[in-house]
Amino acid sequence: MAAVTTTAPRTPARRRISPGRALAWAVMTAIVVITLVPFYWILRTALSSNAGLTADPSSPLPTGLTGGGFARVFGQQSTKEALAQGGAGGSIDFWRYLLNSVVVSTLITVCQILFSAMAAYAFARLRWRGRDRMFGLFLAGLMVPTIFTFLPNFVLIKQLGLVDTLLGIALPSLFMTPFAVFFLRQFFMNLPREVEEAALLDGAGKVRIFFRVLLPMASTPVVTLGVLTYITAWNDYFWPLMVSYSDSSRVLTVALSIFRAQTPQSGTDWSGLMAATLVAALPMLVLFGCFARRIVNSIGFSGIK
Amino acid sequence: MTVASSSPPTRVRLPGAEAARRKTKDRIRERDGGGSGGDGALAAVFIAPALLGFLVFLLWPTLRGIYLSFTRFNLLTPAEWVGLDNYVRMVNDPIFWGSLKVTVEYVVINIGIQTVAALAIAVLMQRLTKSALLRGIVLTPYLVSNVVAGIVWLWMLDTQLGIGNRVIGAFGFDHIPFLTDETWAIPTIALINVWRHVGYTALLLFAGLQAIPSDVYEAAKVDGASEWRMFWRVTLPLLRPVLAVVLIMTVIGSFQVFDSVAVTTGGGPANATNVLQLYIYGSAFGRFQFGYASAMSVALLVVLSVITVIQYRLTRAGHTDLG
Repeated sequence: MAAVTTTAPRTPARRRISPGRALAWAVMTAIVVITLVPFYWILRTALSSNAGLTADPSSPLPTGLTGGGFARVFGQQSTKEALAQGGAGGSIDFWRYLLNSVVVSTLITVCQILFSAMAAYAFARLRWRGRDRMFGLFLAGLMVPTIFTFLPNFVLIKQLGLVDTLLGIALPSLFMTPFAVFFLRQFFMNLPREVEEAALLDGAGKVRIFFRVLLPMASTPVVTLGVLTYITAWNDYFWPLMVSYSDSSRVLTVALSIFRAQTPQSGTDWSGLMAATLVAALPMLVLFGCFARRIVNSIGFSGIK
Repeated sequence: MTVASSSPPTRVRLPGAEAARRKTKDRIRERDGGGSGGDGALAAVFIAPALLGFLVFLLWPTLRGIYLSFTRFNLLTPAEWVGLDNYVRMVNDPIFWGSLKVTVEYVVINIGIQTVAALAIAVLMQRLTKSALLRGIVLTPYLVSNVVAGIVWLWMLDTQLGIGNRVIGAFGFDHIPFLTDETWAIPTIALINVWRHVGYTALLLFAGLQAIPSDVYEAAKVDGASEWRMFWRVTLPLLRPVLAVVLIMTVIGSFQVFDSVAVTTGGGPANATNVLQLYIYGSAFGRFQFGYASAMSVALLVVLSVITVIQYRLTRAGHTDLG
């Protein structure tokens, strides 16, 4: 029966593309174009000169091809030169902000994932009094919007004397997020208990089992969660904006918005701004490029169910 | 599941049976989180960092935020209890109501379009092609920050030089002042954020679609159902629980819009895009009225809680039609 029903209606559909399918592909193509065009436009503008942009705004290729925009971003141009090319004379101390972003994002990701995984293991695999009540409390934490904790957390960070430090930016998200705990607990719950029991029989302690057996088994969800956490930490703007005042703790997102605010209102330095935008976005695009397949395949599979 | 696999039911008391039964009992207790001794000490160590973070940076600030909303506080002098003053002021503050209205307008447009578009993308990814490359492409805007997304679209939608208005001009239409006009600004920002978030939402929905068994579609096809009909009769009803969770998540996220507004319009023109978070931020850091800003945060929290409860009820989240 199966053979009859599956082969018969399928062959004609395979042979010619129905109008419906053609329309669906057209929609899909349009979506891809809308998704990617802004990225191309960043590149095209960054490589153009401001004079060229004014002269020929709709050219699909860079007009007045120049690396001047990038030179302004990295502060490689003299003020006079920069002003002549439409810049504001300001630059972003790119390497410093990049380092700040890397330090903050790495610190948050490593600590948050490690601590969340440990808590997730305790919630999923250890047995202790009050476990379920405590997990319920963590889950309730999912409901509190981050904005709500921003002001009191700022007051706390200020009282700790950590305003304008990288630690001050990282601290609130260093230990856990309810989502990360929830996400990893789901995974640990679904692991077969036999794995653990075999290791126990071999005489391994539970701490050892966690670090040597379970955590390596969780590498896919951990990598997915790690990259998403890294991207979120890297792209965060509101909290770092509150906490940092000077170059010592300024991260790329905040620096970028300041660079934007600096460019003259009359005749914005679009070329420089797009170069800065590209420079700020590139690290995450590269990071994603490395893990893309793993991530797109595992998003959602253990997250929501 | 693990319990059942351990020991088959025994009628005769074999030497090992009692131990096996005790083991099973332990397991049930373990699963339920009860039991006395257990791994208490180890669990305490494992949970300690996360618990510290939870108490210090989530629970305590939540309680403190509620407390601060009843005070006058400027960071320099100790908080001074003023009772309901901040709330009275809030209710009588036209800018607060204006920002709430603008925020709701933003959320409705953003979530409305994003949900439909994400659903369309997810279904296309499911029914047309499962290419991982395609899934990677739709996720790319999610990789850039709201700040980057805001600046790029600010440039593309620039009235004079932006490519958006050039294209519109080529079709013979007048320039649209996307981000500088009171009526256009909020819808424009809402669409910018759809561009950034729709891929991620689509992937979450796609994951939900993958859980629908393919034989349901096969059966529908045998019955002669069209793709369109299958979407309404099979996909949508079976996806409902996942859709509900995703909707709650995105609505909560959408209400907290800040970055893209701060970068593109800064709240202007004439408060037309002064969303709640921007007003809260301005009150706290522009005018140092932390008490008033906290009161507005409490209001936002209340609004979000009410919406979550209503959405949860309306969509009967958690109940699945599968099986």
